[in-house]
Amino acid sequence: MNNPAPASPSPASEYGARARAWDWRRALAPTGNVGDAVFRAALFGCALLLLLIVVAMFVEIGSNARLSISRFGLPFLAGREWNPVRGEFGALPFVYGTVVSSLLALALAVPVSLGIAVFLVEQAPRALARLLAFLVELLAAIPSVVYGLWGIFVLAPFLREHVEPPLQKALGWLPFFQGTVTGIGLLTGGVILAIMVTPIVTAVVRDVLAAVPVSQREAALALGATKWETTRVVLANGAPGIAGAIILGLGRAVGETMAVTMVIGNRPEISASLFQPSYTIASVIANEFTEATGDLYLSALVELGLVLFLVTFVVNGAARLLVWSVTRGTSGVARA
Amino acid sequence: MNHTARALRTSVTLFIISGLAFALACSGAGGTGTGPAGGAVSLRGAGASFPNPLYQKWLSEYSKAHPDTRIDYQSIGSGGGIKQIKEQTIDFGASDAPMKDEDLKGAPAEILHIPTVLGAVVLTYNLEGVAQPLRFSPDVVADIFLGKVKTWDDPRLKADNPGARLPSAPITPVYRSDGSGTSAVFTDYLSKVSPEWKQQVGAGTSPKWPAGVGAKGNEGVTGQVKQTPNTLGYVELAYAVQNRLPVALIKNASGNFVEPSLDAVTAAAAESLPTTPDDLRVSITNAGGAAAYPISSYTYVLAYKDQKDAAKGKALVDFLWWGIHDGEGFAKDMQYAPLPADIVKRAEAKINSITSGGKPLRGQ
Repeated sequence: MNNPAPASPSPASEYGARARAWDWRRALAPTGNVGDAVFRAALFGCALLLLLIVVAMFVEIGSNARLSISRFGLPFLAGREWNPVRGEFGALPFVYGTVVSSLLALALAVPVSLGIAVFLVEQAPRALARLLAFLVELLAAIPSVVYGLWGIFVLAPFLREHVEPPLQKALGWLPFFQGTVTGIGLLTGGVILAIMVTPIVTAVVRDVLAAVPVSQREAALALGATKWETTRVVLANGAPGIAGAIILGLGRAVGETMAVTMVIGNRPEISASLFQPSYTIASVIANEFTEATGDLYLSALVELGLVLFLVTFVVNGAARLLVWSVTRGTSGVARA
Repeated sequence: MNHTARALRTSVTLFIISGLAFALACSGAGGTGTGPAGGAVSLRGAGASFPNPLYQKWLSEYSKAHPDTRIDYQSIGSGGGIKQIKEQTIDFGASDAPMKDEDLKGAPAEILHIPTVLGAVVLTYNLEGVAQPLRFSPDVVADIFLGKVKTWDDPRLKADNPGARLPSAPITPVYRSDGSGTSAVFTDYLSKVSPEWKQQVGAGTSPKWPAGVGAKGNEGVTGQVKQTPNTLGYVELAYAVQNRLPVALIKNASGNFVEPSLDAVTAAAAESLPTTPDDLRVSITNAGGAAAYPISSYTYVLAYKDQKDAAKGKALVDFLWWGIHDGEGFAKDMQYAPLPADIVKRAEAKINSITSGGKPLRGQ
């Protein structure tokens, strides 16, 4: 019952279509086996708990943000002004900072992570792979405040001295690289996020690639494929898993607080230049919540939390859509 | 079941057991510590982070002499302290800035402000090749943070610092990005000395800064200033002294350039006595007097005038009394400015006015 044999043997079946057609009536129907029923109820309870937590958070945040929602309405999302002294609140600079810093982080981190993971799984000698994998996991466990301090004392001065000036010299005609170079700003925030996201994406992608059957590689090699071509087959096989890894990384980047706060400059302004200070939603909440007095101010900060929820939904959705449209062709080929 | 699965299961079980054992051990240890002894009173306080190191010192010293009184203090920020005292979830609150009128009106009963010590905000900078401490006029400070004075060799800066070789580099102001009493005191000062600042920005824990970059906490501002040439930031006096930061002299209301020091801060409070109202809620920034450092402020303990629980109320007033007398002795070593004698007298009167059910608690 809990492991029903497929009616017709289909070779292309891991999860796929059958997982989507989950029949809750059948799943909850009595089976006669008490142990199984208890086990299934317990599992269902765990899943339900997750759902309840999300709903409870949503309700709580929504009710706490009501004052701000009713006061500002939808223009809150488009408002560029954040001035607690005057009681003016708008979310746009924070949304901008969050989205741009996260995308920047992914743009920097994903190619590197893929490279590390492919190297670990496909090329590295076993001893070296073990060591590197251990290092990757170590990096993932470093608290973000440590990354932040490292960002202030090492990364920001390095970018200020050695990266930003040449960038400005070469590409200064682009609006992205204009203004005073201070080492603090959107670029530094994006780079530190990239460093933090890399271990997570790498670790997951490595597991995904390791799970691709050896027969796939052997088949490719048998057909005379080069290492590069074999790797492409393996990557295509792991595409959905890789997409999951990227989305996990995105989640971390969007919600990261401490490290970004320390290097992004914390200025609620929208500037095209990556050298200028910016601000993220998580940062402003962490910065201002403890000392926020006044109901409207607090409510506006809570509503920013709601906006963060929304941003996460939209960005995740967009990422999944993108991945789906990219892998639609390849995964079918790879699976067949 | 194969071998790996069994090993995995064993290690998971071990992990869970050791976790439980650890939790038990911790709660056991905590349990013996917090066990209710006969007649013991425990007080909870929360609020400002600025006086936290001093309050922790007070608590540990006080508990040595008064083992029956258990007090804990959580530094959650002034905003949190005000919120929690209003909601009566703590026995006393603490705030750097005095509560606003509307906050006091929203409270369920009358709240008293009892000043404990004083602090100050200092300007710190990173400027190569300048040996002597920089000197700032108030209007120049305001205009730098307004983004109007843009370079270090501005004529107004040169006029205040004859002989200093000021570079023509742009000034990057660094401000506190986290909501903070330090920002509130600093912007309160700027609002007093610059009409334009008052009109354009105003005072608050998280104002909208017209220029510069934000860094989190005193340590963030310090880090940013130390790491970035040509920056100008502001931090608490105690923090600047402990970290040996270069600090600027500020011209006070009497026209003297004053170096930030504990005595200069106490002087600012003493000079403000004539204008200090009866409830002791007062801003002492831009104080007059030749020796007064102009960016100074009180920090307060907040307590209800009428205590619901007589035993707790008695413990609280005794602790506060000890704090403004014996406790002041610890202040200077920890870089807090002690209260001037006249303010101690007025704080005594406040503590004496605390009652429970109409009966005064002090001197029982």
